[in-house]
Amino acid sequence: MDANGIIESLTPLVPGAAFEAGASVDFATVYVPAEHIVATCAALRDHLTFEVLVEVTAADYLPRAPRYEVVYHLLSVAHRQRLRLKVRVAADGTVPTVQPVYPGAGWLEREVWDMFGIVFDGHNDLRRLLMPEDWEGHPQRKDYPVQIQKAAQTYAPLEVTQEQFRASLERDRVKRPH
Amino acid sequence: MADIRTETMTVNMGPQHPSTHGVLRLVMELDGEVVQSVMPTIGYLHTGIEKTAEQKKWQQVIPLVERMDYLAAQSNSLAYALSVEKLLGLEMPQRVKDIRVLLAELQRIASHLIWIGTHGLEIGAVSMLFYAVRERELLLNINELIAGFRFFPSYIRIGGLREDLARGFHAQVKEFLDRFPAKIDEFEGLLTKNDIYKRRTEGVGYITREHAYAWGLVGPIARAGGSDYDVRKYFPYSGYETYDFKVPTATEGDVYARYRVRVAEMRESLKIAQQALDRISPTGVFACDDTRVVPPPKDKVYSEMEALIQHFLIYSQGFTVPAGDCYVPVEGPRGEHGCYIVSDGSNRPWRVKMRAPSFMAIQALPTVVQGGLIADVVAVIGSTDVVMGDCDR
Repeated sequence: MDANGIIESLTPLVPGAAFEAGASVDFATVYVPAEHIVATCAALRDHLTFEVLVEVTAADYLPRAPRYEVVYHLLSVAHRQRLRLKVRVAADGTVPTVQPVYPGAGWLEREVWDMFGIVFDGHNDLRRLLMPEDWEGHPQRKDYPVQIQKAAQTYAPLEVTQEQFRASLERDRVKRPH
Repeated sequence: MADIRTETMTVNMGPQHPSTHGVLRLVMELDGEVVQSVMPTIGYLHTGIEKTAEQKKWQQVIPLVERMDYLAAQSNSLAYALSVEKLLGLEMPQRVKDIRVLLAELQRIASHLIWIGTHGLEIGAVSMLFYAVRERELLLNINELIAGFRFFPSYIRIGGLREDLARGFHAQVKEFLDRFPAKIDEFEGLLTKNDIYKRRTEGVGYITREHAYAWGLVGPIARAGGSDYDVRKYFPYSGYETYDFKVPTATEGDVYARYRVRVAEMRESLKIAQQALDRISPTGVFACDDTRVVPPPKDKVYSEMEALIQHFLIYSQGFTVPAGDCYVPVEGPRGEHGCYIVSDGSNRPWRVKMRAPSFMAIQALPTVVQGGLIADVVAVIGSTDVVMGDCDR
């Protein structure tokens, strides 16, 4: 089934969504409006047997507007078919999470947020995944420098004087029941 | 007994734990020996390869992607090369396809050998590691023969292979193929009917087909749970449709089933490798004839002006790839290795993204081990065959 065939079967299942076929060299590509992505994925899974979400990733097309494209790769084992969904996202835009449809999207979306800073609405755990928790910025963005120097991020070393150490020991001794 | 005060205990496992295959960290909440919750932390091996790849020319990315899944280097580079060739619209000569298939299958065996060794080691069959690594050494020798590099040969290039096969390649591969079936029997003799091994692995860490699909696990893990999805059969690439092989499956979905599937996969890989070896002539064409991508032969560079210019262009500017994007999956040892590339029409990739099977497997780990015993966690991690380089990239 090519992109137009998929759009034809999808349109009655997702009312109100304006799908758009995309150019591709490998398999069907469909542009989906961000607000309809969850309903589209649910329809694809339940009615068109796309039961596996293989991959969620993104690409930063700076300076184009809308800036990002979030890319979903779906797989239908039953029909030996692959499908690519794309969602255009503005620089400050958000995308609803597809976790309710595909639980495996959790970390994939988390990685996209980590690397591109694209917020997934309703995601239950949007934290740093690959980068350290105190990292600033989103490295895969095109305006993120390739080589930067950062001060070492370490906690201040624990410095305890002899008096503080003894006081702490005493305090602890009193508290501990015999 | 009612007044015994019990509380859960939080245990940290990793990142420097031998059973975590690198630097995976698990924070586990235990109730006695029962695992209440698991929280995996990854990213310790994140090296920003995808960001680095955007700064390199197309052909310079090959050594980078090989370092992602360091136990299946040529599976990564095959996925990358195939995806770039798809955008370029290149078709490989039959001999190149056959050599790539042979290398991919030898790579699968090498990766499965490390898996069987470490998995055995972790659950008590310590000697497995020595037997497995001994055989893997022979495969690394083959890599050394063809490319001079044992781990990351970078032998698969965009547009073909780096150079023609080395003298003695056929004899060395044939020696391995003749020797290895008896060695698989030896491995199976150590594990398959081993009562201790079976007690540690049977009925542990169930992953059914539906569970695997929901969490995006495709590959040996799903096949052990009843799926028959294999990229080589469903979306053949590099001429796999012309080879005679079976896709081993099991229905139980436990650790033992995954063990049996992978061992059977090694036997099937041997069959494919044997067929490929029979088709490959000792010398012949090793790249396609597209002069944009493939550098001219060295003797022509010294005698013909056009060849010199072409050589200079490829190694200084690189080649451009038509704008667009594509995703090409290959069946790696751990499951579907896919490479999604975006080109803006220039000589450097705009975006390179590897689909990492280990990433998905670690994400699904809590759903598999929760409610089980802590000792089973080690068996389950081993059976999912995660490689942190693949996961963190």
